[in-house]
Amino acid sequence: MGTGLERLLEKHKTAILKNWFESAIQAYAPDMALFISGKKDPFANPVGSTTLKGLEVLLDQLIADMDRQIITSYLDPIIRIRAVQDFTPSQATAFILLLKKILRHRFADELRDHQLAGELVLLEAKIDQLCLMAFDIYMACREKIYEIKAAETRNRTFRAFERAGLITDTLDEKPGLK
Amino acid sequence: MAEEILKPEELLQISHRPPVTDWMETPINIRKGMYCYASNPKSVEYVGLPNARPWNPVEDDWKLPENWQEIIHQGFKERLEKFRSFKVFMDICVRCGACADKCHYFIGTGDPKNMPVLRAELLRSVYRNDFTTVGRILGKVAGARPLTLEVLKEWWYYFFQCSECRRCSVFCPYGIDTAEITIMGRELLNLLGLNIDWIATPVANCYRTGNHLGIQPHAFKDMLDFFVDDIEEITGVRVEPQFNKKGADILFITPSGDVFADPGTYTCMGYMMLFHFLQERYGLDITWSTYASEGGNFGFFTSHETMKRLNSKMYAEAKRLGVKWILGGECGHMWRVINQYMDTMNGPADFLRTPVSPITGTRFENAKSTKMVHITEFTADLIKHGKLDLDPRRNDHLKVTYHDSCNPSRGMGLFEEPRYVIQNVCNHFYEMPANTIREQTFCCGSGAGLNAGEDMELRLTGGLPRANAVNYVRAKHGVNMLACICAIDRAALPALMEYWVPEVDVTGVHELVANALNLPGQNERSTDLRGEELPGSAGAAEGEADEE
Repeated sequence: MGTGLERLLEKHKTAILKNWFESAIQAYAPDMALFISGKKDPFANPVGSTTLKGLEVLLDQLIADMDRQIITSYLDPIIRIRAVQDFTPSQATAFILLLKKILRHRFADELRDHQLAGELVLLEAKIDQLCLMAFDIYMACREKIYEIKAAETRNRTFRAFERAGLITDTLDEKPGLK
Repeated sequence: MAEEILKPEELLQISHRPPVTDWMETPINIRKGMYCYASNPKSVEYVGLPNARPWNPVEDDWKLPENWQEIIHQGFKERLEKFRSFKVFMDICVRCGACADKCHYFIGTGDPKNMPVLRAELLRSVYRNDFTTVGRILGKVAGARPLTLEVLKEWWYYFFQCSECRRCSVFCPYGIDTAEITIMGRELLNLLGLNIDWIATPVANCYRTGNHLGIQPHAFKDMLDFFVDDIEEITGVRVEPQFNKKGADILFITPSGDVFADPGTYTCMGYMMLFHFLQERYGLDITWSTYASEGGNFGFFTSHETMKRLNSKMYAEAKRLGVKWILGGECGHMWRVINQYMDTMNGPADFLRTPVSPITGTRFENAKSTKMVHITEFTADLIKHGKLDLDPRRNDHLKVTYHDSCNPSRGMGLFEEPRYVIQNVCNHFYEMPANTIREQTFCCGSGAGLNAGEDMELRLTGGLPRANAVNYVRAKHGVNMLACICAIDRAALPALMEYWVPEVDVTGVHELVANALNLPGQNERSTDLRGEELPGSAGAAEGEADEE
């Protein structure tokens, strides 16, 4: 990335992060959004603190080079929460793409500069990449939920029967059919 | 998650912002993953509850009796007259909002109707309409609304999204126990046969067979016999539990989850080893019952009459066997029922004696009316008097934190005893942050009969604040074991951990006790109760050598 946009992003980072966080939590009902943005204690407000902390690191990653491991470790907790809440897949992941809108809006004047506009296109490609990663995480979370459901059902029934000696292993016996 | 894949033109219409409507105008959306299946009619019929029929919450027709509004109105009126607290709770809330953000379901789901104040408003709005003059005259302006089918469905959906954990009540300046509002809400719903099967069938099983799973006495004994073999394999000592022994000193009752579901089974082995030690060393005379084989009481989540009937079975068995008092295992709501309701339902249990530890002589004054002692009180007292032979090093592979199970902590103030026991049997113990433990503990998200499989999203969102605090001590101290004293916790927390903090496992406190407890005549132990190699043992050393 060219230094022009990078400098601009660094300069406005706090404001961009604030906008991005607000956009992300607007997916919630107004009462909840108020709580998420207002309560600072990370244990009383895990959704807000996880989201804010994550977005901060993700923004840094977008500005600098993207490290897959770091991104996953901060993107995963945000998506993990949204994957169990009352969201469609698009609602759960839309906040990532909303960053594009925030940047285009904030830097409308600066983007008349062709070089900056070109740099932004590159940055937007990174945002797309982040969104695809979010989609992978979202699907992994949903699969995990179904796996947990299935395992719980199996453990509760099969293993109880097994321990009570009600399951007989028939593999050693031949059915005796001709 | 979306039920159906959207068409391209619908995709263009997606709004990522929710509609802004007043709560009364926001329609409910009964969402898959957030509700439990409807009760099996056979179970409802078995315990004599009304309107037993098959029904499905997502269908329009809930097959209600024609006069259902009259039934609810009458039921509401009876309860307002009978329970003074209910009437007071309906009247005195000033909607200050102190409780609003304290509910784990609100924090986790983000659904405003899970704010305790709003959940209670679901009932209060109808109360105002039906029983107050202001509400009748001013209607919606005064926060009143008539009971329509939509409202009834809202009651059902949200009263089964409350685990009656009472965290919100800790913060209420008026002392409103919102859990009791949910209890009343569920009672009213039960008048129309609107229960969930995860509650109704355990209730019927417990009423008939003695435990939630409907395991018959011989199978119950078989299970404990399996544990006898397992314990012998691990320790070389054959324990001999007593069953249905008339004239024993003490009757022991624990939730059946400890007998049939991992990891509770290891806690159960822990009780058996402790009793064996005390029997060998001090002549303790304690018996299990294959009839009162359930400490849990899902009647508590149905109606006060049902709760009373299930609770009475434990005392009937204590009377039949002629024991002196009852020792209770690591259970959650069993203790809330015992501590808060038993005395006025089935008490006082005059035919029993005030519990006295036969080993230390400690008189449990706190239990002089209910005659029932919590096993962590009993064990903490034994440790305090130096009566156990413990080697905590056998728990050195564990970094333990403690989840205060809601009912024993908020329902009976049991904070210190479990911690005292853990700290005497483990060398590595770390507390979670102060606003997530003791009286402010966060629920597992699956209490009050909600630990089914079909409502997994509800359980995982509700358990988020708890998991978030566990994750904190995992990152900070390397915690790998979450201890608790509730069978629902032991059943529900493993799924919660698997989703949010997969590095952490779940245990009961007495599994930790048994790992540390030296039994007379035992072999050198190479594994813990789960059969996992102990660090420093011969087997573990071989494993380490192989890795190298």
